[in-house]
This record gives sequence, structure tokens and C-alpha cells, in this order.
Amino acid sequence: MGDDDQQHAGYQIDLGNLTAFDPHHQFSYVPDSREDLVKECIAHGTKLIQAVADALFNLPSTEDASGPIVSLPPPSTKLPREKPLPKPKPPTKWEVFAKKKGIQNRKKDKLVYDEQTSSWKRRHGYDRVNDDNDIPIIEAKMTDEPGVDPFAKRRSEKKQRVDKQEKNRLHNLKEAAKVGALPSHVQLAATALPITGTQAAPRKVSKDELQNVAGMAATSTASGGKFDKKLAGEKPPKHDKKYRKFLPVVEGSGMGSLEKQQSDKILNKLMSKNSHEIFNVGKAVDMYNAKSNKKRRNQQGKSSSTSSKLKVKKSPYKNKSTKKSSTKGKSK
Amino acid sequence: MNTFHLSNSASCLLEVVVLPFFRFFAFHLGLIIEYYIMLHIKTPKSLRAKRAVEKRAPKLVENGKTTLILHGTKTSNVLNDVLTEIYHLKKDNSVKYSRRNDNIRPFESGGETSLEFYSLKTDCSLFVFGSHSKKRPDNLVIGRTYDHHIYDLVEVGVENFKSMKSCSYDKKIAPLIGSKPFFAFIGEGFENVEELKHLKEVLLDLFRGQVVSNLNLAGLDRVYVCTAMSSTKVLFTLCALRLKKSGTTVPRVELVEVGPSMDFVVRRHRLPDESLKKEAMKIAPELIKKKEKNVSKDAIEGKIGKIYVPDQQVGNASLPFTPKGVKRERREAKAKGEDNKHAEKKQKQHDDVSA
Repeated sequence: MGDDDQQHAGYQIDLGNLTAFDPHHQFSYVPDSREDLVKECIAHGTKLIQAVADALFNLPSTEDASGPIVSLPPPSTKLPREKPLPKPKPPTKWEVFAKKKGIQNRKKDKLVYDEQTSSWKRRHGYDRVNDDNDIPIIEAKMTDEPGVDPFAKRRSEKKQRVDKQEKNRLHNLKEAAKVGALPSHVQLAATALPITGTQAAPRKVSKDELQNVAGMAATSTASGGKFDKKLAGEKPPKHDKKYRKFLPVVEGSGMGSLEKQQSDKILNKLMSKNSHEIFNVGKAVDMYNAKSNKKRRNQQGKSSSTSSKLKVKKSPYKNKSTKKSSTKGKSK
Repeated sequence: MNTFHLSNSASCLLEVVVLPFFRFFAFHLGLIIEYYIMLHIKTPKSLRAKRAVEKRAPKLVENGKTTLILHGTKTSNVLNDVLTEIYHLKKDNSVKYSRRNDNIRPFESGGETSLEFYSLKTDCSLFVFGSHSKKRPDNLVIGRTYDHHIYDLVEVGVENFKSMKSCSYDKKIAPLIGSKPFFAFIGEGFENVEELKHLKEVLLDLFRGQVVSNLNLAGLDRVYVCTAMSSTKVLFTLCALRLKKSGTTVPRVELVEVGPSMDFVVRRHRLPDESLKKEAMKIAPELIKKKEKNVSKDAIEGKIGKIYVPDQQVGNASLPFTPKGVKRERREAKAKGEDNKHAEKKQKQHDDVSA
């Protein structure tokens, strides 16, 4: 083929993946028999692979027992990762302190020379150097209080140190978990422990209370908790109120027109919400009558004559209408 | 709800840790009970378990992707052969499930939960799911997962399958398991047609094996040849590689068809979300090669580096010794009064430097 060189130049070669891609090839005709097709594909493939091999074998190689080893460049076709990038973990409390002070980490040897026995003993573990429990005699210092057991004191100090270290470790894990950079071998599991707001002793919640709590939370759902998945042994939520109130079919002797009252109540609520100037004539009249009766009684009681003339006569209707309409919105 | 078990002091509970608190409020007859959820740390108890957990953890440079091969409710003979052959090609980094899985439907929204669970269980980020139905005969769904959730899918139909056993060749050139393959993609369809572009990427991901930086040239023996015959059809075949002596250091390449050959007919595909794609393609900033600053190469002199020396600040230089006499002076100055303190201190320092 004459345009072999031209096509050769157009191949896209990715050495990192050992891939050659020919974007210019077109099938102008498809061979009838499958074998011919396959042969043609393989022939074309050979050309591509030859191009890759050219590039590959021209890389600088080092000789090894099993064969020449080349160092491949990183692949150029980017493929997605399978897991998200790990987040860098925040420095621990000690690391922050060490960096600030400029403390370098020094590698410690496993074996340490013990002066007492003049032999090499291990640093940690069985029969170790400077074992705390092996000290037979502790000399008393001037600062020591009498009656204090130095061995017990040492033990308690060690326990304190261990507890402090554990607290620091947990603090470091908490900080890492906040960022999301928990070390890969640590997992968190949630267990619930109730604590009241104050530091007082927590009240023991009774079994009945707990059972009710779930039901109460369920009422906030749209269906009132009817279709919530329940755990084994969980009772359905209790609803002590009646859902609907029905009037008795036959009115008892002591009750007045319950139905009338019910419908009046509903109507009043509806009407009062929608309008502002409703004037309850009956009520206004009653109020006026009561007030005027009271006034008359007072006037009859008093002997002075100037009271009625000099007194400012308030127009009874003006104020009352405004006063009454303002109270209309409130239900009885 | 579990029964809550209370204690007055937290120290009597072993291993319960005060880690990020979550508050739940339960209203009960007007009384507020606050529940703090304490977090409990779980660590592996044996070193072997720890190693297993660390192997699955996200890393900067990842392990090679493993493949899960499984099939659905119904498979045909052809499909069974295809799946077993793919498994044999990728023997060292794939898992094959032999039972049928009825509830897996990769393209439906609810039908991929099982797949995601298996991916999490076996730590596989690629899967090949085979199924056969009247509407979609010999169907193969090749998919990738990101963080054990479906990332993208390609559905292809298999036609004209020719198995490894039917090819006759010299047994010496048979490709070994685990060798790094060559790829040859032929056809403009792989660049122009979106589905074929996607298929090319997925096939590359599926068969390329581990990404290595050092390669032994003696161990190269397989070539995957993919030809785009039309905008929907791709001929896929595996060939063994033979390196023949040629005059130069570069050997002459010869391809012999050994492996399975089949036609992939692209049916459906699902590309990943843009945001997910962006996240998955992220490269760690530590891995990006940084350009060395202030270094240049000269033809005559070789490698040249530039050093910039800042101006020396004589007054602020840190001295190797601390001026010990300052303490007494400072004490006396304090006794004398506040206003004299600064002047005296400055004087003393100058004296020391001159001395």
C-alpha cells in the first residue's frame, strides 16, 4: 500500500498502556468471508503493533537475568480510579508539638546494653531493660511523705500515663474522623447512651416511656406512623384521643340543643375569620341595656342635680359600635 | 429501638469513646430527654484481618482492578463459553460466580444493588454480567464501579463467537496468564461514535491488567485487536505475539490468532455523571511531577542551577549563644522602673555584639 507511511504517522501510540490506535482507518468494503475479514484485521493490527514495538524497544533498557527491562512512561489515556482519593490525615497532637519544638524522631534499637547484668537485653517485652517491676529497693527522698507506698505510687503513675495516652489517641482519632481521614483499619460503630443536659445522674427511662416515644415520633409522618416499619415486639402507637366526635343519637334530659350549639360554633368560627365588621346586634343591645340600667340606678342613688347637665353626655351609639366590632373576632 | 442502658460514669464502659456526638431529642410529656450517641471504635484484632482491611482501603496509587464475572437468570451456551473464556483470560485478577442472579438488572435504577453489594464483598471494580433473552440475545453488560457504586455501563451483544479451543496453533506461543497485553484499535468509529469511544475505554480498562512502570520485554506475548467495522459493530480477537529476528534491535512482530474472537454489537450504554467523572478522574497532587525550579540545562556547561541569596540582616541574626548577662540587667531594670527598661536592653545587646 502506497500510503502506508502516511497512515503510519497517524497512529496514536500510548506506551504506558501498550496501545496503538489508528483513527484513520475505514472499511471501504467488508470482506464476505469471516476468515478474510479476520485476516485483514490481524494484518492491520500487526502494523500497529510493529509501531508500538518500535517505540518500546527503543527505550533505554537494563539487562536482567530474565530479559531486558525497560521503564515504561505513565499511560497517557486517563482511566477513572476505582476508589476515592485518600484524604491526608491531620497531624496528631504530638506531631504538632514536635514540629513546633523541632524534635526529630530517632530510631531506637531493639537491643539495649544493660549495665547491671552487663548483657544485651531487649527494650520491650520479656526480661526487658529497666523493667519497672524488677526494682527491689526504692530509696526514700527528702521530698517523700511518710506513709506513702512508693511502689503503689509508681504503679498509679504508670496507670495515669497510660490513661493519658489513651485519651490522646482517642482525641487524635476524633480529629481525623472530623476531617474524614480515619485510618483505614479503624471503623466506627454507633451505640446510643442517653445523657441529660446537666451533669446530673441520668434518670432511668421506663420501658413504657420508651415504647411511647417511638409512637410519638411516628405521628410526625404524613400517615401518622401507620405504615412505618416496626421492630419485633414494638407495639403500634397509642392514640388516646378520639378521632371524631359524634353527637348522641338521643339527647338526654339535661342537655340542650347540642347539634345547634355545634353548628353555631362552626359557623361563628368561619364567619368571624372572614369578616371584620360583623355587628352582633343582640349582644350590643344587651350591653347597652345593662349599662343604661346601671347608670339609672347610680343616678337615682345620687342627690346632686348638676351631675346630669355638666356631665359630658357620651353618645351611646358611637362608641358602642366600634367597641363591639372589635370584640367580634373572638369566639365565645 | 434498642433498650438504652445507662451508667452514671462513662469510665465503667470499656471501649466506649467520646467521639463526634449526635444529638437526638425525644419529647415526652413536656420533658426533654437528650440522647448523645457515643461512637465505638472497631479495629481488627488480628494482623491478617488488618492486612485485609488495608488492602481494600483507598490508596494514592491503587491496586489493579479486579473483575467480577456473573450471569443473570438465563444464559445461552454461547454466553457461557464467552464468560468462561473471559475468566480464563483474566484468571489472576477476576472472580467468577457460577450461580444465576435473578434480581440484577444493571440498567434499571433498583436492579444494581446486588451488583454493588457483590462489588463491595469481593472488592471488584469491574464486572461482566451476561444474560440471554429473546429481546437481547447473548447480552453482555460490562460495567465499572467507583467507590462500589455503578460508574458506567456498556451493553454489547456477542455474535460470531469463536472459542479458544477451536483455534489451532503451536502451543509454545500460547499467551501466559498475567502478561501485559498490547492493544490495537482500528477504525475511525472509535473516535467519532460515542458508544464506540466508551467501549474502547472500557475494553482497555478490562484487559490491560496492572499498571507497571518496569516491563520485561521477554514476557510480552498477547495482543488484543479491536476493529470497528461499522458504527455499531466491533470485531474483537486475541492474538499471540511472536517476535522474529530482524536486522535492527527492534524485532519483527508477527500475530497469530489464538484466542476467542467475537463481534460486539453495541446496544446500550450509560456514561457517568459529570461530577462523578470529575471526581473519579482526579489525580493526587502528590503524583503530579513538579518542575524543578531554578535549574536549566546548558549545551556547553551542562546542568546549571541558580541560587538566590537574600540580603543579610545583621541586626536580626540569631546568635549561637544567648546573652546571659541580660537577665540580671533586666531584673535590675524592672526594679528601677518601666520607662528605662527598653533603652537599657538595647544598650546591652549592642555591647554584647561588639564584644
